[in-house]
Amino acid sequence: MKSAYKSISVLLILYTLVWGLLNAVPRLDILNETIRNVYYHVPVWFAMLFMMALSLIQSLRQLQTGSLLHDAKAANAAVVGLFFSIPGLLTGSLWAKFTWGTWWTFQDPKLNGVAISILIYLAYFILRLSVDDEQKRARISAVYNVFAFVMMNVFIMILPRLTDSLHPGNGGNPAFGKYDLDDNMRLVFYPAVIGWVLFSYWMYEIKNRLTFLQHKLYEN
Amino acid sequence: MLLSLIKKEFQLEFRQKSSLAGVLVYVIGTIFVSAMCFKAKVDKPTWNALFWVITLFTSVNICGKSFLKESGGQALFNYLHYSPLHFIFAKVLFNMILMLVLSLVTFFFYAFFIRNEVENMSLFLLVLILASTGLGGVLSLMSAISAKASAGFGIMSILSFPVLMPLILVIIRLSKMAVDGIEWAGVSGQLLLILGALNLLTLALSFLLFPYLWRD
Repeated sequence: MKSAYKSISVLLILYTLVWGLLNAVPRLDILNETIRNVYYHVPVWFAMLFMMALSLIQSLRQLQTGSLLHDAKAANAAVVGLFFSIPGLLTGSLWAKFTWGTWWTFQDPKLNGVAISILIYLAYFILRLSVDDEQKRARISAVYNVFAFVMMNVFIMILPRLTDSLHPGNGGNPAFGKYDLDDNMRLVFYPAVIGWVLFSYWMYEIKNRLTFLQHKLYEN
Repeated sequence: MLLSLIKKEFQLEFRQKSSLAGVLVYVIGTIFVSAMCFKAKVDKPTWNALFWVITLFTSVNICGKSFLKESGGQALFNYLHYSPLHFIFAKVLFNMILMLVLSLVTFFFYAFFIRNEVENMSLFLLVLILASTGLGGVLSLMSAISAKASAGFGIMSILSFPVLMPLILVIIRLSKMAVDGIEWAGVSGQLLLILGALNLLTLALSFLLFPYLWRD
């Protein structure tokens, strides 16, 4: 069945929403019960990165084939990915208020990385809006997308490893690291990641269908 | 072919004296305004940040113009006569050299009008060189994109600032070390390595991606 992944994603998300609140978690300093945010905050960022990677692949295929189809798909994936940064920021901000005592800080490289990634993709959309010719827009925005994705990854993958982060698991903060994400938590965390990634793919498919329908409508 | 392209870049720049002189006045003006605003009361971190902000804005202004000349008939001529790799290579090289000269000039006037806070000068110069090449590399491709988009000058800064952030952060951290006078033994080799690697990465991406912008 082609759409089985949709039901799987909904079931996994429902399961993690409920069981994430009920199961036992390790008691750690500062974190306490807020460690459950791992189930809701981290998977959303996985979904965002997954969408951005998909957008990159579509942009590369656009450059390869020159088809407008891949251009539309790349833009749709970026829209969905950018959308996922909203729940990611909200859950993270709320959690930070109760553990760090502030909604936002510029001291943390991961927060800065997210802010820059959002700026990069907003710039991508502005670039798309500013070119009228479809073929030209497809090519130019694909080039920018490829460049931007690499720079974003330098920012969020390499630079945070150079400095201490306030995030759990970095700089000696207690966290689910390799030693204390216990099996209990894995039972919720991994399904949550898979569930949200599949869900983001579903959103992307719906967005694609919408684009194609609009395209057909305008053609006739 | 390549040499003639590079020569053309320099000849064009020197023939249009207004643009080169304009840049110089822009740099001096910005530094003078900063000196007036801060009234020379800057501590080391501020000195460092202000210098790189000025350099960043200057570089976006300068490199943003580098593809504007190539439009219409000129673009067609280029397309028929040159290979895209030669073309982008000439542009990148020219921008890098221009940025290097400009950042040195900026540093000179900055030290003159405000103060010279650098204690490890050799490290600072190395950072200045790597920063100029990095900025020149990234901004050449961004300039090509914004020239193709033909949406005015604003798009150049919108596209460049976010993608320049990784580069700028590494540069600022290294330059802070030079300003604080950390000896070579204490300098983070890892950061220098990353700055060099970022340079190579942006160059490789520019060469890979430019041919797609080329055909219209």
